[in-house]
Amino acid sequence: MIFGAILAGGVGSRMGNTDKPKQFLHIGKKPILIHTIEKFIINDRFDAIIVLCPAEWVSYTRDLVDKHLPENDVIVIEGGELRNDTILNAIKYIEDNYGLDDDTVLVTHDAVRPFVTHRIIEENIDAVLGGRACDTVIPASDTIVESKDGEIISQIPNRALYYQGQTPQSFKAKRFRELYNNLDDAGKRELTDAAKVFVVSGDPVALIQGETFNIKVTYPYDLQLAETLLGGDK
Amino acid sequence: MLNTVYRLVEPRRIEAEFCDIDITENEVLVRPTYLSICNADQRYFQGQRSSKVLREKLPMALIHEGIGQVIYDPKGEFGTGTRVVMIPNTPQEDDDVVAENYRRSSIFRASGSDGFMQDIVAMRRDRVVVLPDWIDERVAAFTELVSVVYHAIDRFCKKAHSRQDTIAVWGDGNLAYIATLLLKNRLPQSRIIVVGKHEYKLKDFVFADETYTIDSIPAELSVDHAFECVGGAASSAAINQIIDYIRPEGSIAIMGVSEENVPVNTRMVLEKGLSVFGNSRSGVEDFKNLIAFYEENPTVVDYLKKIVGEIIEVHTIDDMVAAFDSDMRKKGGKTIMLWNK
Repeated sequence: MIFGAILAGGVGSRMGNTDKPKQFLHIGKKPILIHTIEKFIINDRFDAIIVLCPAEWVSYTRDLVDKHLPENDVIVIEGGELRNDTILNAIKYIEDNYGLDDDTVLVTHDAVRPFVTHRIIEENIDAVLGGRACDTVIPASDTIVESKDGEIISQIPNRALYYQGQTPQSFKAKRFRELYNNLDDAGKRELTDAAKVFVVSGDPVALIQGETFNIKVTYPYDLQLAETLLGGDK
Repeated sequence: MLNTVYRLVEPRRIEAEFCDIDITENEVLVRPTYLSICNADQRYFQGQRSSKVLREKLPMALIHEGIGQVIYDPKGEFGTGTRVVMIPNTPQEDDDVVAENYRRSSIFRASGSDGFMQDIVAMRRDRVVVLPDWIDERVAAFTELVSVVYHAIDRFCKKAHSRQDTIAVWGDGNLAYIATLLLKNRLPQSRIIVVGKHEYKLKDFVFADETYTIDSIPAELSVDHAFECVGGAASSAAINQIIDYIRPEGSIAIMGVSEENVPVNTRMVLEKGLSVFGNSRSGVEDFKNLIAFYEENPTVVDYLKKIVGEIIEVHTIDDMVAAFDSDMRKKGGKTIMLWNK
């Protein structure tokens, strides 16, 4: 089975002048989260779509989804403390309600990346069905500078070898849990990224070509940009 | 849902923009698969339309010939994965007399509204027609163009007088090829002749009864009716040559588009009592009738494979530009974009 997990875990602390998590802010006529969910709803390869959000926002999110998407079967549950805890909650929900086997596919995606395309989602699913976890990326456009002490540059790596991570990140759900549970507590805290769980464990992770516009709405500037990108119907 | 639309913002510059699709509306969501470039798209892309037209219509997604797969139908009428041809004309009102493609209120894709260069196209449910399983997708990609010819022949059959022993097609491009092929199959009793500029192109018209270059037409040739499939700067020369060779009371179906007004020998139109009628675009019935015609005449589809030109896989905006450039350089055939954007 194939599941979509939309990670709406953020509390929106980085967005100025708003008291709601950023996934609830509007682009055009709808909240960002709804735009993102819709991208998953129209892909019928998903057996279920699970939205994970902070406990205090579960009811609000449920109401919002039902208001904008009547007759939906989107599942809204509580996320975890860290990103990977949230993913584990999704896996637990799948296990409890659908059963989990070696082939259960999980496509995880940031709720605040509403510009994801149909192709990107399709290629994520295909990669995992082909046997590999995958990460959506675009080539790094800025030079990456490394500093170990925050004061002096320790290294400037060759940009051609570097990519910027986006989402979705997709993988076999059971494998993710196995690898994650094998990590010690320090490792778990350090790994804020699902793909990294596979990388540090030696499992190959394929690159899926993202899009420059598949932005994560994080700062007020991003929201303005997103509104501008929404050029209107023609 | 924020849908990505690849709009031409100025000649030769395509950018990703976004529109909001309401998935609770009644529309069928189609993922484009094969898109075919038309000369009309090319005129926008190269900036050959007047600056006034460009100002009014851009930014706009190009392409009005294309097929795709249904990915989502809120009503469940079309199964996921169903291959459909997308109809670019969207009528806004009913009219018992005027066909949908001639109503001034109709909206046409890639001419004032966004064409098919999109991540997902929201189609009104009466604007998609299911394709048969066996049909070659590259040929299906330009169903719209063939439907325009099919429509013009229907109009011809209604308008032209019944003596149809010889019908001529002026032109040697894709449109002329399709017109000749369809005329030969739909009007098998008629002798179909082709008059074109390029000898090497005319050699491909193997199903025509006779072919002539424009400077080697036998003096004694006369035709009952004619289809003009030239367009552009040569429109005038072609139409006036037709007027020279057509018999009295014949009909001339005009199909070629010209940016400029075209001088026509109206004296001889009057003297010969000719009927000149225009044809443009097509409607849903033309698409349905054409697909039924393909089912009955599968060899027509084989002949249409001969004008499939270059297939360009599109992953990036640069690939889109490369496809239009390749189409510009071509000697003939239809350029098809395999849409993987």
